[in-house]
Amino acid sequence: MGIWAEERGAKMGIDDRRYSGLFADIADFIEGWPGGSLITTTADKLFSWARKSSLWPLTFGLACCAIEMMATFASRFDLDRFGVILRASPRQSDVMIIAGTVTEKMALPIVRLYEQMAEPKWVISMGSCANTGGVFRDLYPVVPGVDKIIPVDIYVPGCPPTPEALMEGILALQRKVMEGR
Amino acid sequence: MREEEIVLSMGPQHPSTHGVLRLILRVAGEEVLSVEPEIGYLHRGFEKLGEASSYIGYTPIVDRQDYLTSASNEFAFCLAAERIAGIEVPKRAQYLRVIAAELNRIASHLVWLGTWCLDLGGALGGGTTIYMYCFRERERILDLLEEWTGARLLYGILQPGGIRYDLPRGFHEKAKESLELVLSRIDEYHDFLSGNPVFVERTRGVGVASAELCKALGLSGPIIRGAGIPFDVRKAMPYSSYEDFDFTIPTGKDGDCYDRYVVRMEEMRQAIRITMQALEGLPEGPINPRPHYRSPVAFRPPKGEAISCVESPRGMICAYIVSDGTERPYRVRWRTPSFAAVQAMRYIAPGHKVADMVSILGSLDPVLGDVDR
Repeated sequence: MGIWAEERGAKMGIDDRRYSGLFADIADFIEGWPGGSLITTTADKLFSWARKSSLWPLTFGLACCAIEMMATFASRFDLDRFGVILRASPRQSDVMIIAGTVTEKMALPIVRLYEQMAEPKWVISMGSCANTGGVFRDLYPVVPGVDKIIPVDIYVPGCPPTPEALMEGILALQRKVMEGR
Repeated sequence: MREEEIVLSMGPQHPSTHGVLRLILRVAGEEVLSVEPEIGYLHRGFEKLGEASSYIGYTPIVDRQDYLTSASNEFAFCLAAERIAGIEVPKRAQYLRVIAAELNRIASHLVWLGTWCLDLGGALGGGTTIYMYCFRERERILDLLEEWTGARLLYGILQPGGIRYDLPRGFHEKAKESLELVLSRIDEYHDFLSGNPVFVERTRGVGVASAELCKALGLSGPIIRGAGIPFDVRKAMPYSSYEDFDFTIPTGKDGDCYDRYVVRMEEMRQAIRITMQALEGLPEGPINPRPHYRSPVAFRPPKGEAISCVESPRGMICAYIVSDGTERPYRVRWRTPSFAAVQAMRYIAPGHKVADMVSILGSLDPVLGDVDR
């Protein structure tokens, strides 16, 4: 699978760096100027602010937590006001919310979807099952925590987490993005 | 394979598959020639987990199986456990169980209506209109259940022998107010949808499941009632005092998506009726046969086996338990309605367009936790 993903990734122009090669070259060039680093750090902040204000998650529900995720996007909690709008395609999304139990059969599609997302990208692990496997931790088909297969930025506890908890997780991710990490 | 045929994979990540279902479609142009559902993406091993946990500890875990209607899963499990142990459940606990299950049914059908209209999409004002309205009303029901049980989605309120918590103070008034509001809003959904020509066009005559097919595949719930067979476990094999309540079983005629929609809308009204009756006629008395029944090893049924069936919003859900006399079941087996519903896709979907797949799948209302277990 690794080789498959590498080939496909290379074709789609996905690499591990946060910025594209051209962008890095321009940034290096500007930093060469006297006082140039002031411009690049200010530009970095501007980009971070723009990114945190429009985090678009992938529409991707796995199990019970997906219902609470849907409720968070619906009328009472309304995540649109944070600039969080669901996208159905991994090519257009920045955040992947893993909402539910990750089984071994589902692990490969999750890795594939993660690799299809364009950089920069973040992952929120929602609920006990995605964090650690939860009550299903010791059972044969379950991956004990989604961080075993993809890197995770924010863990939201609960079984299932309330919409308020997920909103707190998204706000924590926004703080993290603003800090440029 | 003809030259113009292609194989299209829908899912496991697809906004309209209601979870992690994969449909392998063989299409010629826009027309679907065959559908092959591939399941197992959410298989978590509930039956194996049942052998490892105690009866009291397993009851909250089965909530996660059909997560839209957690009370029905607990209901089936507790009834089977009580049948082995020979426990008579107090009348008040029976009524409270009915209230929990029926409130859950309303919440589940509201999620179904919202997500199905979201799938039908553009024809209904971007689709999000009905979705937002349904979730607004669902929050009212969840507020009631949260006040009662402390949880929004997975309650863990039933336990073998009775029910964990009694109703909080002032629940009756709040429940009546919320249910009357939901009742009036159901008429509003009818105004939105039933007369909408685009909605009717996309659901009338689409995905016809005939009565013979329903019987052959073991379908139950709103699907079989939509085909005109008035089968409902609550009437056919009454459990937990359902015979005390006055309610009707709505049926359709043709068994198409529209009929299933009409049946589910009417079921919400009937669920409100049952809840109102249960709240009004709620008997006094204990809610547990023994007052302090909290220890996980306290429940030890004798050797034996039992099966019990309840009517969940998706159909007949059955739990079968074999007991060897210890505090853990020897074997637990689940019969779930969504598993039968998903296989119906193979028979009712071919011949329709690709765009109809989401409307047919949505009208069957499968929950993938219920399919894969």
